[in-house]
Amino acid sequence: MSTAIVKITRTQTYRTVADALWQNNPISKQVLGICSSLAVTVQMNTAIVMALALTFVVAFSNLVISLMRKIIPRNIRIIVEVAVIATLVIIADEVLKAFMFNISKQLSVFVGLIITNCIVMGRAETCAMSNAPYPAFVDGLANGIGYGSVLVGVSFFRELLGAGKILGFAVVPQAFYDMGYMNMGLMLLAPGAFIVIGLFVWLEHALLKS
Amino acid sequence: MENLISIFVNSVFVGNILLAYFLGMCSFLAVSKNLKTSLGLGIAVVFVLTITTPANWLIYRYLLAPGALAWAGLPEVDLSFLKLILFIAVIAGIVQMVEMVIDRYSQALYNALGVFLPLITVNCAVLGASLFMVERQYTFQETVVYGAGAGIGWMLAIVSMATIKMKLRYADVPEGLQGFGINMITTGLMAMAFMLFSGITM
Repeated sequence: MSTAIVKITRTQTYRTVADALWQNNPISKQVLGICSSLAVTVQMNTAIVMALALTFVVAFSNLVISLMRKIIPRNIRIIVEVAVIATLVIIADEVLKAFMFNISKQLSVFVGLIITNCIVMGRAETCAMSNAPYPAFVDGLANGIGYGSVLVGVSFFRELLGAGKILGFAVVPQAFYDMGYMNMGLMLLAPGAFIVIGLFVWLEHALLKS
Repeated sequence: MENLISIFVNSVFVGNILLAYFLGMCSFLAVSKNLKTSLGLGIAVVFVLTITTPANWLIYRYLLAPGALAWAGLPEVDLSFLKLILFIAVIAGIVQMVEMVIDRYSQALYNALGVFLPLITVNCAVLGASLFMVERQYTFQETVVYGAGAGIGWMLAIVSMATIKMKLRYADVPEGLQGFGINMITTGLMAMAFMLFSGITM
């Protein structure tokens, strides 16, 4: 058993994934791309759909750009990258509109804004342009999931504290409300997201230090 | 007229594109270290938003919206799914053109804004404003007012952040919260302050 784990941990793929999910996923780094999607973290289900859409876009844009990396002229690479990313975002947007219309309404413009997300562009520029398709794809997948985990984490606290629900199901028992417990309306508003992120970063600093 | 004023006030304060919709955070966090540069970037964003949002409105209205191609004899065509890719191309194109024009005609303005203009292409606030304009079905005048208001709101936020950061240098912030953490919490408090304007109705 242990030898199997050692074998897995030594592969390049494992290192890419672990790096993006843990060592290199301080919220303060991922948050560069997170901010534009904080608006969808009021509820967990929109946050999860957003995380999936972003993972799809970053993984496949890495794959496509990596496949084309030898034929893209250096000085127009940004335009090519934006075109690939925008095409994938349109696909994601149309799929959401077709199969999850209500959630797509709630996500409104924020799916479209994946185009200007720093993470997608950053991975295309730093990883996909210089790596073979498979490692680039895995890197994109792992970065998407690392990003998504922070997004879902924020939405967990906002939905729990703000509405007393998780994924739409009430988890705070009625007895609490009868005793005078109240939902924290602040969490549903924009300032709540900023404050939750700030506290997350504090927690992370404390954990990484010890 | 009242309608326009209310759109303006709303886009500057309550519906502030940065503090209520979280758009344009990257440059907000990176450039707010000093007052002068954040003012420069703020002015550049106002400038670009006021031009690109109405330009995108025209493109959407006459090329992309369902039935928009009626003038070309194609009333059934609906190209609205192309709006993402066309808007970003228009923004990149206009920013590039603005940069060339001010470089040619006003060296002083170019020296002040030049470095910021390329940054603005990837500022999600600019694309965000265009997408909101489509979603809220603004008319052309409303779009012009909204573009300018969104820009001014963003500038107000980054300039206040820069001044707050100057004061924060002398504050005794807990160790784990220094840097990024305290910036986020400060932004949260600013967002709360901006929400107070929601009492204003026109």
